[in-house]
Amino acid sequence: MSLLLFLIPIALGLGALGLGAFLWSLKSGQYDDLDGAAVRILFDDEESLKRSDRRPR
Amino acid sequence: MSCCGGDLAGACVEAVGDPDRLRRAEELRHAGRELPDGGTEFVLSAPSIHCGQCIVAIEDQLAKLSGIENVRVNLTLKRVTITTSPDFEEPIVLLETLDRLGYPATPVDLGDLDDLAKGQRSRELLKALAVAGFASANVMLLSVSVWSGADAATRDFFHLVSALIALPAVGYSGRVFFRSALKALSAGRLNMDVPIALAILLALAMSLYESLSGGETAYFDAALTLTFFLLIGRFLDEAMRERARSAVTALARLVSKGANVVEADGRIRYRPLDEIQPGMRLRLAAGDRLAVDARVLSGEAMIDRSLVTGESAPMLAALGTRLEAGVLNLSAPIEVEATSDAGTSFLAETQRMMEAAEVGRGRYVRIADRMARIYAPAVHLLSLVTFLGWVVITGDWYAAVYAAISVLIITCPCALGLAVPVVHVVAAGRLFEGGVMMKDGSGLERLAKISHAVFDKTGTLTTGTPRVDATTISDKDVPLALSLAAASTHPAARAVAAHYAGRSGAAIEALREEPGCGMEGTIGGMGRRLRLGRPDWVGEIADVDPRSAATLEGVAFAIEGHPIAHVTLTETLRPGAEAIVQALGKLSLSAELLSGDAERPVYRLATRLGLPAKARRAPSDKIGRIRALQEAGERVLMVGDGLNDAPSLAAGDVSMAPASACDVGRLAADFVLTQNDLSAIPETIEVARKAERLVTQNFGLAIAYNCVAVPLAMAGIVTPLIAAIAMSASSILVVANSLRLARRPSFRSKKQEPATPAFLAPEVFG
Repeated sequence: MSLLLFLIPIALGLGALGLGAFLWSLKSGQYDDLDGAAVRILFDDEESLKRSDRRPR
Repeated sequence: MSCCGGDLAGACVEAVGDPDRLRRAEELRHAGRELPDGGTEFVLSAPSIHCGQCIVAIEDQLAKLSGIENVRVNLTLKRVTITTSPDFEEPIVLLETLDRLGYPATPVDLGDLDDLAKGQRSRELLKALAVAGFASANVMLLSVSVWSGADAATRDFFHLVSALIALPAVGYSGRVFFRSALKALSAGRLNMDVPIALAILLALAMSLYESLSGGETAYFDAALTLTFFLLIGRFLDEAMRERARSAVTALARLVSKGANVVEADGRIRYRPLDEIQPGMRLRLAAGDRLAVDARVLSGEAMIDRSLVTGESAPMLAALGTRLEAGVLNLSAPIEVEATSDAGTSFLAETQRMMEAAEVGRGRYVRIADRMARIYAPAVHLLSLVTFLGWVVITGDWYAAVYAAISVLIITCPCALGLAVPVVHVVAAGRLFEGGVMMKDGSGLERLAKISHAVFDKTGTLTTGTPRVDATTISDKDVPLALSLAAASTHPAARAVAAHYAGRSGAAIEALREEPGCGMEGTIGGMGRRLRLGRPDWVGEIADVDPRSAATLEGVAFAIEGHPIAHVTLTETLRPGAEAIVQALGKLSLSAELLSGDAERPVYRLATRLGLPAKARRAPSDKIGRIRALQEAGERVLMVGDGLNDAPSLAAGDVSMAPASACDVGRLAADFVLTQNDLSAIPETIEVARKAERLVTQNFGLAIAYNCVAVPLAMAGIVTPLIAAIAMSASSILVVANSLRLARRPSFRSKKQEPATPAFLAPEVFG
């Protein structure tokens, strides 16, 4: 029983962390261009990478 | 002419050179957004972006231009966002660079984008969905422990933890249902959300009571999984609608948002639409659309009224000619006096007619709501019967409440909530592949029911640009005719020029355009005149009886004193138009043609396609015809593009518009065809019918599930475990059934051929 007092908060905390990470990524626009993100990873041009850091509205 | 006559002449040369370029430059300037640092942000829509290479090509090439600060391609939306520095002056270069790279683009109005973002609910729903998903997964874990034997203090502890997660999660995620249920109840109606909200709230309340009093069963997991599944349906529905809406908004606006006003001091200032007052002098450059109704004060120009009236032939506007808002100036700049403001223009009239016509459509009740009307009272009644039955038979109030609530929970329309949206999302995906944008699911439901199709002519069955059918111009005269034709922007001249593309022109002197008549020039040396244009006007100089020349149709060409040569023009049919009657016949649909154009071109086309036709129909006549058909019991599909069609698009039971349609038309239509090919129409109807069948099947499945589950709940033997399994199983079954629509071979992809009508920039769908 006392073990549960540790384990449950840990389990919930991890879940909440995942939820927080999802909400953050949603807010920071990472789902705006899923197709683009899939192909951008293949570019090795540094110029493109540098520009890609800047996120448009 | 006015004090700025010189200026006007200068503008004339430039405008005649390339009206499209001017228009695009102007459009782009107004679409940009000023940034705080003085730079400008543009969002361009380029539908031909399709792969990683496109991203590299566009970003690298545009970044090379001077004055560009940042370029970012969005592959999903097929948009390019460009930030320029304050000293960047020629935004048109952006479009031209993209043209050169092979990605024709149109500016997206950022004001429209902002409006769109404000109305976006899918993001809220996605957050609610994430929270519900998190909460239901965790509560489910705790519930599984309880089901597998946790007891006494551990069980109570687990129930309390579940309550702590479930209450805030439902409070956050369930708002959409509660709000909608409250709205329905306060209006004295029942919708699907009433039993949903009731089931969720009662389940929570009962579980809370149980956990606080140390009871054995709690339904926290049921309440949360319910919320989760139902939110999936809501989210899919909303996301699909927003995607369509944003694609339609992304199309360049055709109706100008303002006009160039000639001020009292002779200077020209661009003013937004709402500042335009009757009596103001406006300048309408070649390539511009008129923003308000107006009367011509000076200058002569050819005017394209095809979007406004459906007439395919351009009209000559001279002193005193009245023009409707939305007409396009084809040739030379003119000055006009506004005779209306934005609120009373022809355009605004059309808008009002459209709203009036739409009222009839508002009566259509979506299939899910029709179900809800039967379902919600039935569920509440069942639950009441259960309660009374238990009280009467056992006299145990607690058991009676428990059984009644479990009836509500188990009948909660999880599967029903998914039955419609999933099918519609799958259908929208399939239609999108085939080049059809679907605005919302109700259009699909209405389309499945149609029995009769009404077509507009200009811009719908035909592309609106004429094409040379036959010509008697002798081979040695072709260079002369070509040179004359190439110097004009009149659609007929363009058709002649396009017909002889590849041939070289000849030197012609004193080239000039006689508005309303044609092109005239002289051949060097002999000083003989030559003309290309209206047959009676050409006949004046040719060796021919003027009266016989006047009976000719199309365009004529002659050298002074020589016999007349004649070019017949036909309208270019859209691909798939020839076969449309047959294709609709296969679906047992009848069709007809209603056009605002003159009798001759309408009947010629009608005979060719085998359609019954009526010519010279004003917008009100079209609505009248549609109403008459509807009263005769027909369900009418209206396909049209122009402003003159917009009210009838709204009046039809369901409507489609080609992407080249005016924006009012596109907004009024339920479906927008993004490709030139009309064969998408019968294919869309087939998808709609299949979707309807699947929706019906899904309802059947959901009802079958209830037939099994409800007796169990009424008997009071539903445990939380059974409820969880039954609800999930029925939802999964419904989703799996809906996905069958995607498995069928989707209709052939026509992505390679984006529609690019002559006057319109390419459109955008992403």
